[in-house]
Amino acid sequence: MSRQLVAWIQAAPMAVVMLAFLVAPIAMIVIVSFWGATEYSIYPAFQFDNYQFLFGSPVTYTVFLNTFKYAAITWAFTLVIGFTVAYFLAFEVRSLKWQIGLFLVCTIPFWTSNIIRMISWIPFLGRNGLANSTLISWGVIDEPLEWLLFSDFSVILAFVHLYTLFMVVPIFNSMMRIDRALIEAAYDNGASAWQTLWHVIVPLCKPGIMIGTIFVTTLVMGDFITVRFMSGSQRANVGRLISNDIGLLQYPSASATAVVLLCTVLIVIALLLRLVDIRKEL
Amino acid sequence: MTTISKVRYSRRSLLKTGGAALAAAALPAPMVWGQETKNITLRQFGTGVSNLNDVANKVKEDLGFTLEMTALDSDSVTQRAATQPDSFDIADIEYWICKKVWPTGNLQAMDVSRIANYDKIVGIFKDGKLTPESEIAQGTAPHTVGFVPEQGATTFADEQTNWMTLIPTIYNADTLGIRPDLIGRPIESWTELLNPEFKGKASILDISSIGIMDMAMVCEAMGEIQYGDKGNMTREEIDKTMAIFTEAKKAGQFRAFWKTFDESVNLMASGEVVIQSMWSPAITAVKSRGIPCVYQPLKEGYRSWGGGIGLSNSLSGMELDAAYEYINWYLSGWVGGYLMRQGYYSAVPETSKEFMSENEWGYWFEGKEATGEITSPTGDVLAQAGETRDGGSFEERMGAVACWNAVMDENQYMVRKWNEFIAA
Repeated sequence: MSRQLVAWIQAAPMAVVMLAFLVAPIAMIVIVSFWGATEYSIYPAFQFDNYQFLFGSPVTYTVFLNTFKYAAITWAFTLVIGFTVAYFLAFEVRSLKWQIGLFLVCTIPFWTSNIIRMISWIPFLGRNGLANSTLISWGVIDEPLEWLLFSDFSVILAFVHLYTLFMVVPIFNSMMRIDRALIEAAYDNGASAWQTLWHVIVPLCKPGIMIGTIFVTTLVMGDFITVRFMSGSQRANVGRLISNDIGLLQYPSASATAVVLLCTVLIVIALLLRLVDIRKEL
Repeated sequence: MTTISKVRYSRRSLLKTGGAALAAAALPAPMVWGQETKNITLRQFGTGVSNLNDVANKVKEDLGFTLEMTALDSDSVTQRAATQPDSFDIADIEYWICKKVWPTGNLQAMDVSRIANYDKIVGIFKDGKLTPESEIAQGTAPHTVGFVPEQGATTFADEQTNWMTLIPTIYNADTLGIRPDLIGRPIESWTELLNPEFKGKASILDISSIGIMDMAMVCEAMGEIQYGDKGNMTREEIDKTMAIFTEAKKAGQFRAFWKTFDESVNLMASGEVVIQSMWSPAITAVKSRGIPCVYQPLKEGYRSWGGGIGLSNSLSGMELDAAYEYINWYLSGWVGGYLMRQGYYSAVPETSKEFMSENEWGYWFEGKEATGEITSPTGDVLAQAGETRDGGSFEERMGAVACWNAVMDENQYMVRKWNEFIAA
């Protein structure tokens, strides 16, 4: 057998898996997005009705805007928190044993399900919840704060809580690979702590930050359940539009929305990859 | 699917067959194949409301065959009835779902002459009238989709025929649930849902087809909109209704919207919400936690719903006979009594009476004061002696129905507007 043939055969299993579980489903979604639907059935067709309606409706733009808003704010918070935590683990904690230990502590909440972690905020933030009754007993507020729950605040809080670890892990990984001599050199040359951070550590962490960013933005943009639960169904993002359509048997319309969302996310990722060449940096 | 076993001539089976033959001589026809029914399995699916394991167990005990239950939410129920006809034998669906699903031809009509208690079924499901004087409510009233002119027809008949689409099983009148302890004054009208007094403490359900009806009850009660038919609105009526609620939403009237049963219970029990659309068992669930909660009768009337069981088009032969036997058993009282003790109504109340104590019948059906503790079928105490049911007797409650759950001709338009409302 020629070497080329062997190489093809070696690559085949992976290619088959990708075709069956990634390419085929997406192709199916794209095809169905051109189909038509009645109240209770879908029929094959090639029409642009679904897209026409999608782009013709002001709701679509509001909802996409809202989705970007959630993604951007969540990204900013997870980045700051994630970077700080990673920095502490990588540079403040000296022994490897402690670093690993504390890192594992960070992952403990992830031993329970996503939904449980999210829902447990609800009784905490509620009108008669722990947060409000504590604040009242301290005399900080007189009336319970209504905006703590079922608001943009609670949605973003849940997102940040759920996804910060996805920022911590890649940034921590990048930081651990930074040659400590570089930092010492910066100090020796008279750089302040901030200058070292900004001109040495941050640039070297870029790949980690970028991977974290991709994780967080794709997770937030594709979410529907967090928005539904934490906003008490009062806010919408693209995922909820899709899930509503599915509930009403409007698969073609759901597929069209999914295709647009997929393209949007791919564009965002392409733009991000323009900023940092992850392959080269890794 | 069903499997009919080969008859094995063991001593035991001969004895059993002998017994069955004896019984067959004494009892009417269905018992003749009593031996074979053991191996019949009927697959039923529907919403959690009436898909109860207790019913399946009782079927096995009384009729001998196996009933497999699958509980789904109402969207998935519609979906399955419409798209997977071979995945079920019996569909337990609501009447408005029937309106959507029947035209697919996945269900077969039932021969009324084979329904033993047909004459005793409540008038609502036959000519639409509870009593000869009652007015028929708006929306998808069950009798309008209850009959077809002949077997195989995909359009509904205007009057009673020999072919029924669904056998009614369970129904109730819905209204708003309130927390009397947190409101502290009488609530009498649907308009209270949008009363600024309850700003940030109201909720409505996020299931468009039902939510829009509750909205319509409110808008009509406020005198803002006069609907031709709340169950079949025009685009203009939908726009106006949504506009009123969007304005209220933006002003912060609603604390949250709920989609599942337990969400509605938690909102109410935690005090996040003091007035909201609610379902009867959710009230029971709040009450069983020791929190006061009332299913408040309102002067404009109730929004009602009804469910029934339909037969899959692919049922035939012995399984079809078993299904008829199941239906007749369903209407013979045991299930009715079970459901009535949860606060629902049975299609044939008089047969259910035999399966309820006098106290239970008086409390649930006649609206009388309880003479002793009222417990649910699972044993939770729901009311003490001296208490009466919210809304009173069967006639008072079902007689005050203002509209039925419905699907509109403009359903798709309404759904889009609903999405806008949620995103607003």
